[in-house]
Amino acid sequence: MTLTEKILAKHSGKDRVSPGDNVWVDVDILMTHDVCGPPAIGIFQKQFGENAKVWNKEKLVIIPDHYIFTADKYANRNVDILRAFAAEQDLPYFYDVGSDSYKGVCHVALAEEGFTRPGEVLFGTDSHTCTAGAFGQFATGIGNTDAAFIMGTGKLWVKVPETMRFIFEGTAMPPYLMAKDLILKIIGDIGVDGATYRTMEFAGPGIKALTMEDRMTLTNMAIEAGGKNGVVEPDEITEAYVKSRTNHPYELVYSDPDAKYYSEHFYNLEEIVPMVAKPHSPDNKATAEELEGTYLNRAYIGSCTGGKLSDFRAAAEIIQGNKVKIDTYIVPATTEIARGLETETIFGVPLIEIFREAGCRIGNASCAACLGGPSDTFGRLNSDEICISSTNRNYPGRMGSKQAQVYLASPYTVAASAITGVITDPRVFIQETVI
Amino acid sequence: MSTNSDPIKGKAFVLGKNIDTDQIIPAAHLVYSLDDPEERKFYGKYALSGVPVAESGLPQGNVQLTKEGETESEFRIIVASDNFGCGSSREHAPACLEIAGIKAIVTPSYARIFYRNSVDGGFLIPFESYEDLSREVHTGDDLEIDQQNHILKNHSQGKEYKIKPLGSVADIVRAGGIFEYARQTGMVAAK
Ligand code: SF4
Repeated sequence: MTLTEKILAKHSGKDRVSPGDNVWVDVDILMTHDVCGPPAIGIFQKQFGENAKVWNKEKLVIIPDHYIFTADKYANRNVDILRAFAAEQDLPYFYDVGSDSYKGVCHVALAEEGFTRPGEVLFGTDSHTCTAGAFGQFATGIGNTDAAFIMGTGKLWVKVPETMRFIFEGTAMPPYLMAKDLILKIIGDIGVDGATYRTMEFAGPGIKALTMEDRMTLTNMAIEAGGKNGVVEPDEITEAYVKSRTNHPYELVYSDPDAKYYSEHFYNLEEIVPMVAKPHSPDNKATAEELEGTYLNRAYIGSCTGGKLSDFRAAAEIIQGNKVKIDTYIVPATTEIARGLETETIFGVPLIEIFREAGCRIGNASCAACLGGPSDTFGRLNSDEICISSTNRNYPGRMGSKQAQVYLASPYTVAASAITGVITDPRVFIQETVI
Repeated sequence: MSTNSDPIKGKAFVLGKNIDTDQIIPAAHLVYSLDDPEERKFYGKYALSGVPVAESGLPQGNVQLTKEGETESEFRIIVASDNFGCGSSREHAPACLEIAGIKAIVTPSYARIFYRNSVDGGFLIPFESYEDLSREVHTGDDLEIDQQNHILKNHSQGKEYKIKPLGSVADIVRAGGIFEYARQTGMVAAK
């Protein structure tokens, strides 16, 4: 069996499962946020009764992150609903807005708080829940009804997916490349429905060479190819991260050597170049080089896929000593990352100083303009902006206005383009300054 | 939604491929309550409002699912090309279509979370067609889905197409959603 099949077998009390089987699995963690939490809670109360208790309060994690710094009354009301529910249910893991425990983007927060553990099953009311697969966990997004069902029963049905395997050769990431380039390349190759209903397993020495943050960028965007989940086998890098975040026990699960795959796809780190997804689809692929010189008037670095500390470090390496030519927005995914911007330095200068000096605008930890949001959202594209962004989706209207155009790229490419005001292959800068 | 196998009849609304959840219900509208009877109507009003105008209501485009100033649509069945509902996990997507009056969708393929949400929430029935019918059917055509024989009839054009049986989710669809299914099978105590 594959890693995914083994986790699903174990959690459904079976010795074996095969792709296509429908099984009921026991859930280790359910995560919800401010957009989908309130309706899920509404369904839970309707179905199980006003005074019903959740199946296990240690396993329900509520992380408001989407519409946080807004005056929108409906959005604020949603956070109030979460707050009341967390109090009523006495939930230990609610990261309230305005409190010291406030975190920001749920998928990064889940990892930081030690909820992404190998061998477990995690569901979340957000499609990028697949991010947690980077830790060798089965993790996927669900809707509000399914979340309400789990709140009451601790179980959910799953159709066992087939697994597509993406095998990377190579020993180290080339200095100009980021995980974002790898996943944009894959999505461009197989299309936005290329992995629908299936697992995307990332394997090979090239993947083992990646940090946890890089692996999270890969699994995060499995959903952009339609994948049910993305997964990387755990190793010592995984264990080092998880152990630094939690004492909770977990079980390492690996694919069997004779596991059956739907398909295998081979790549080599050294052969991949900086990639860009053109408007309006993540599979509309081009190389940064092919698009050199394309006009832009906005740059955005943030989100669960492109707003981690390593993403900002990468961007700062390129931006340091330069001024940005276009409006450039920096949005750390979590408060921990926001603090990291102050403490992490390049040649003694904190990252946040590098960004300020260059003329970037720095926002508070949250999803911010990654999904548009209410009209007063920081960095939102309110008209026909042409933006290059380290986020994960560029469908029409995703970052705000339907008139806007969004190019997706790695933080290196976004940073290089912010300095020049046109799409720029980061290799130009990296050869000059960094190494 | 109808939980029996009666035919589903109504006017077609036709869309292209990769209709994602931001087009189905733009994120700025996700703030409204689905439980409040008045606020809920906003979802019917804004359903499919993120679809680029030229691609909304094919082949001619420029048709709004829900007319200006109204909260329910005159259309009942969506016919679309591949990968309907890709993108986010928001259940507001199938919910807003149901609120607008949509009973069923017919497309060659769905994004899985949208498909699952449609079935488990009992919002509408996601049928799969064998071929891409988005170039055959026109917005406004008079359609009928014969659920017993798995046929889509286009009365306006006098044509019929085979559609796929519901397969492993049929029991949940027939029950009307995951909760009803779980009650019928004894997984969750009856109310
Ligand atoms: S950062 Fe963007 S993609 Fe990630 S959870 Fe928030 S809205 Fe979704």
